Amino acid sequence: MGGSKMDVMTSIDSGKLSPKKIALYVVLALAAIGLPLYFQSVGNAFMVHIFALVGIYIMLSLGLNIVVGYAGLLDLGYIAFYGMGAYVGVLLGYVFQGITGGPGSALAGFSYWFLLIPAALAGALTGIALGTPVLRLRGDYLAIVTLGFGEIVRIALTNNIGGLTNGSAGLPRVGEIIVPAAGQKWVYLNLSSANFTFSKDLFWYFVIVALVLLAVFVIRRLDNSRLGRAWVAMREDEVAAAATGVNIMQTKLWAFSLGAMWGGVAGITYAYWVGFISPESFNFMESVLVVCMVVLGGMGSIPGAALGAVIIAGLPEIIRYLAQSPLLSGVLTAEQASAIGDYRFLIFGGLMVVMMALRPQGILPSKRRARELTEAEAIIEEENESLWEAEHKHDTPHGL
Amino acid sequence: MLKVENLHTFYGQIEALKGITVNVEQGEIVTLIGANGAGKSTTLKTISGQLTPQKGSITFEGEDVTGLEAHVVTGKGIIQVPEGRHIFPRMSVEENLEMGAFLRKDDEIKDDIAMVYDLFPRLKERRLQKGGTLSGGEQQMLATGRGLMARPKLLMLDEPSMGLAPVIVDVIFDTIVRINKEGMTILLVEQNAAMALQVADRGYVLETGSIALEGGGKELLHNEQVRKTYLGEV
Repeated sequence: MGGSKMDVMTSIDSGKLSPKKIALYVVLALAAIGLPLYFQSVGNAFMVHIFALVGIYIMLSLGLNIVVGYAGLLDLGYIAFYGMGAYVGVLLGYVFQGITGGPGSALAGFSYWFLLIPAALAGALTGIALGTPVLRLRGDYLAIVTLGFGEIVRIALTNNIGGLTNGSAGLPRVGEIIVPAAGQKWVYLNLSSANFTFSKDLFWYFVIVALVLLAVFVIRRLDNSRLGRAWVAMREDEVAAAATGVNIMQTKLWAFSLGAMWGGVAGITYAYWVGFISPESFNFMESVLVVCMVVLGGMGSIPGAALGAVIIAGLPEIIRYLAQSPLLSGVLTAEQASAIGDYRFLIFGGLMVVMMALRPQGILPSKRRARELTEAEAIIEEENESLWEAEHKHDTPHGL
Repeated sequence: MLKVENLHTFYGQIEALKGITVNVEQGEIVTLIGANGAGKSTTLKTISGQLTPQKGSITFEGEDVTGLEAHVVTGKGIIQVPEGRHIFPRMSVEENLEMGAFLRKDDEIKDDIAMVYDLFPRLKERRLQKGGTLSGGEQQMLATGRGLMARPKLLMLDEPSMGLAPVIVDVIFDTIVRINKEGMTILLVEQNAAMALQVADRGYVLETGSIALEGGGKELLHNEQVRKTYLGEV
């Protein structure tokens, strides 16, 4: 559908770029590129690591935002797709090593780049496999089933399923390696100088930034597409959406699998960056954290999802780091500093309660979502009953 | 145009339709009337693909459409304006109309929006207002307009007069007659039997899942049994 058809609708979401906005984006871009370089140059490897980690969470948050924010489906097992991408990436990496002549061969370094798409597909296909039977469910029921699915994946990994995953000891096994990605060594050798090391973390940071930009580009396009419109319609009224010709199951499945796809991409990237994965990286708490990121930042909003990830994944680490720095060491003891890390879930919980009370639309909501969540709902009292519910209502004599 | 034959639909164990046979010819207004629970809406929902029949067949323009999914049926040109209106509450009036054209790929959508505004000037006044903030009558106009945006071959209206003030009901029915004069085939489900039979070419009277009577609109309007049971005469 061309832009002209949906003028009113698109004009709500695509605000014109004001000079202020451009300035903000320039500052953000400079910070995103400059800060890790600065931290690396002063030898602060920890902060570079945190930047890369936050990047991974931004990718997850953007992916889950498609499911929760756009399609309005609560997925509490999203991390399973992340795990799927990581394990598929590493396991297929062994196959790739075998084909290319062992981990030492020159070609083996391309395994990450080559396997990026299969890992994305693994995420997406897992999404479809899970989504096909359960997407008829709504709200609470869907949340519970996806929660269960996330746990099943984690437990299956822990139980060394098929003898592939090496249980809780994780991958790679002793004597095996995840081959560093091609390019990593090159930047180390060619872009380092006497007082600047182009480290592994810095290399991966830039890879992650590139992937995040790709995700933002793709998701923006989706949001303004016919599919994006179907998501909005479905979120508002499933029965009406079906009556106007929206294929409800397919539209939900697209959201589920496109979201899961970015989980898969984040998974393989994490695995090849850190060089080690174990089931504990993919536990239920991680799923909850990513949901928190989306909700805190603002459902259905790309900047919101990114900001949520920065706050939830980045802030505790930064506070923990600052606590140990000379800046705050006089104020906080080492125990107090680590306590901040220990209590972070408590703090997030409190933060979420406050958010829901004061600003349910999140920090940087999409305009449309903000309307949905803040309007006087007395006007719009009709609940969005699902198509399935509408089809299976037994108790309404009037409906007969 | 539409041939419904011996339709049986169940809600769980309850047989809501016990063999319904309905015909709609090109250009007609056909109405289904009957009391609560007679099976009027169920018939409509089964045709539109919201419900799947256990037995019977639905043929549209010679093509079997029995048991197809709702969005597929919409694609065939059978458009249902659902009971209770089901507009998109947080989309503007114009966005609602644009959603009605979701399956269309031509470039005449703008013209059709203008046509709907011409039909319901009230909607034009409210074009940027959110659907959920409209009055019941305006919402019914919007739901009807959204249905028309799909360029239906058959427009099915489910209880368009429900919960509306008599003066608004008149507006809605005038519009139904007007779009029918312009060539639209209409299948109308109504509890307001008097209104429906006045505008309909033919009608079917449903009682507990079966067809009790059928005939011309005027003929049924003057039928003694109909007058007693549905028009409140003693």
